[in-house]
Amino acid sequence: MRNWLLYLWFLVIVRPIARLLIGVSVHGREHLHFSEPTIFVANHNSHLDAAVLMDLMRLRDLPRVRPVAAADYFEQGPIRNFIWKRCMNVLAIRRDKVTRSCNPLQAMIEALDAGATLILFPEGTRGDPEKLGEFKTGIAHVLAKRPRTPVVPVYMRNLGFAMPRGDLIIVPMFCDVFIGPPRIIEGARPQIMQHITDAFHNLVVLADAMRPADVPADDR
Amino acid sequence: MIIALATSQAAPGPGAVQTFLHAVRHPGPVMLMTEIVVGLLVAGTIGIAVMSRRLSESTRRELWLRMRSWWVMVGVTLLVILTRYEWVTIACFALLSFVSLKEFYTLVHMRIADRRAILLSYLAIIVQYLWVWMPWYNMFLIFIPVYMFMIIPLRLVMAGETQRFMTSAGKLHWGLMAFVYGLSYLAYLLVMDLDTPFAAGNRGLLFYLIFLAEFNDVLQFMFGKTLGKHKMTPHISPNKTWEGFLGGLVCTSILAVLLRFLTPMDAYHALIAGILIATTGPIGGMIISAIKRDVGVKDSGTLIPGHGGVLDRVDSLCFSAPIFFHFIGYFY
Repeated sequence: MRNWLLYLWFLVIVRPIARLLIGVSVHGREHLHFSEPTIFVANHNSHLDAAVLMDLMRLRDLPRVRPVAAADYFEQGPIRNFIWKRCMNVLAIRRDKVTRSCNPLQAMIEALDAGATLILFPEGTRGDPEKLGEFKTGIAHVLAKRPRTPVVPVYMRNLGFAMPRGDLIIVPMFCDVFIGPPRIIEGARPQIMQHITDAFHNLVVLADAMRPADVPADDR
Repeated sequence: MIIALATSQAAPGPGAVQTFLHAVRHPGPVMLMTEIVVGLLVAGTIGIAVMSRRLSESTRRELWLRMRSWWVMVGVTLLVILTRYEWVTIACFALLSFVSLKEFYTLVHMRIADRRAILLSYLAIIVQYLWVWMPWYNMFLIFIPVYMFMIIPLRLVMAGETQRFMTSAGKLHWGLMAFVYGLSYLAYLLVMDLDTPFAAGNRGLLFYLIFLAEFNDVLQFMFGKTLGKHKMTPHISPNKTWEGFLGGLVCTSILAVLLRFLTPMDAYHALIAGILIATTGPIGGMIISAIKRDVGVKDSGTLIPGHGGVLDRVDSLCFSAPIFFHFIGYFY
C-alpha cells in the first residue's frame, strides 16, 4: 500500500479533470503499454502534460512511471513539492549545480536501472503555449549509456490552451494525445536527436491531417 | 418502476405491484412513445442484421457502429426525458450544452487571450439553466442575447488583445447562442406554462421535438442514400440532397401529425410543426457542416463512435428547439 497516495491522486483528482472536464482523445493507445523500462518523450506545454499522460496508462504501471522535472522549479513551495514528489512520483534533477557527483543524467540512468519508466520533456520548458520548441540533447546522452531502451514519442495538443504556463485556472477544451510506436534508437548523438525529431514530426503530420492547425485570418 | 409511475395515467387501487402492472397495461402517452422508440431501434437493428449479407465489410461495420451508438444515445435520452426529477433533466441538458460548446471552441481555434472569456461563457451555461430551473422566463429569454452579448466582448477588451478581436467575439457569441441559448429551449419545454392542458404533459413536448428532429436526420440520410441525385449544397455538405430533404420533410410531417398525442396541438398545427422541424433541422446541419469545412475537418469530434462529435447530432436541435418552442407558445 505504499502507493495509495498515487492512486488516490490519479483516481480522485486527475481522472475527473482529464476525462470529464477537459476530455482527452487518444490516438495509438496500444503504444502506451510497456513491460520493460521505457522512455516517453513528450512535448511540454502545460502542468497537465505529465498527469494526463500518466492517467492514460494502466493503473498498475503507474508506480513505475517517473516524470523527469527540474528540481529548481518545483521545490518552490511545500504544496507544489508535495504534489510533484508524493503524488506524481517526479524524478527531480538539478539543472543549476552540475558536478561530477551530481549529474542530472546519472539520476535518470539510475532510475532506468532500478526499473523505472521515464517521461522526458526534451524541450526543457513549457515555453510559448502550443509551440514546439527545440529538443535538448540530454536524452541522447542517456541513450548512449543505455542503448537498448525503447523510446516512445508522445505529441500532445491543446493542453497548453487548457492550462498554459503562468496560469492555474483550467479552461476546458478537448485535447489530443498522439502516441507513436516504441523504437530502439542507436547511433551517435546527432543521429539519435534526428531520429527523435523525425518521429515527432510524423506525429505532428498525423495530428494536422486529423485537424489542421489554425491559420491566421489574414493568411486565408 | 419509478419511470413507469411517473409517466402513466393515475392508477386506481393500492399496492405497488398493481400500480406498476396498471402502468404497463395502460401506458400514458409518453410511455407509449417510449415503446415506439425502442421498437424502432429493435426494427433498425434487425433490418441491419438482415441486410448485412449484401453489404460490404466496411459499410456493415459503419452501420453497426452507428446503430450501437444510437442504442446508447437513445437509452441515455430516454432516461433523461423520463426521470421524474425535473432538475435532473435540466442538469443533463446543461451538460449537453457544455460538451457541445467545448467541442465547438476546440473546433474553431480560439486565441490564448480568449481563455477567460471562454471560462465566462461556460459559467453562462450554469446561469442560463438556472433561469430554466427557477423558472424565470424573461431572464431566460434575454440573458444571452443581451447580457452575455455585452459581457463577453467586455472581457475580451479587458484581456487587451486587439488582433482578431472581432473574430473571437463572433465565435464566442455564436457558440453561446447556438449551443447554450438554443439548446436551453429544450429544457424550457419541460417547465413552460401552457394554457391548454394535455395528457402527455410537458415531457411529451420534449420527446416529440427530439424524436422528430433526430428521426428527420435519419430519414434524410436514408432517402439521400437511396434516391439522392441533386445536391443541395455541393460545396458544403455533399451528403445533403433535395431528394433526401423532401423525403424527410414528407415523412416527418406525417409523423408529426400521427404523434400529436404527445402535444396539445390539433392535426393542422402539428403538420406545420412537422414542416418547421423538418426544415430547420437540416439548416442547422448545413451551418455546422460549413464550419467544419472552414476549419478542414470531416467530423466535429470523436465522442460518438460512428457519428463523429456531439455537434453532428445536436446541430438540428439548436435551431429547431427555439422555433418549435415559440410556435407552441404562441398558439397554446
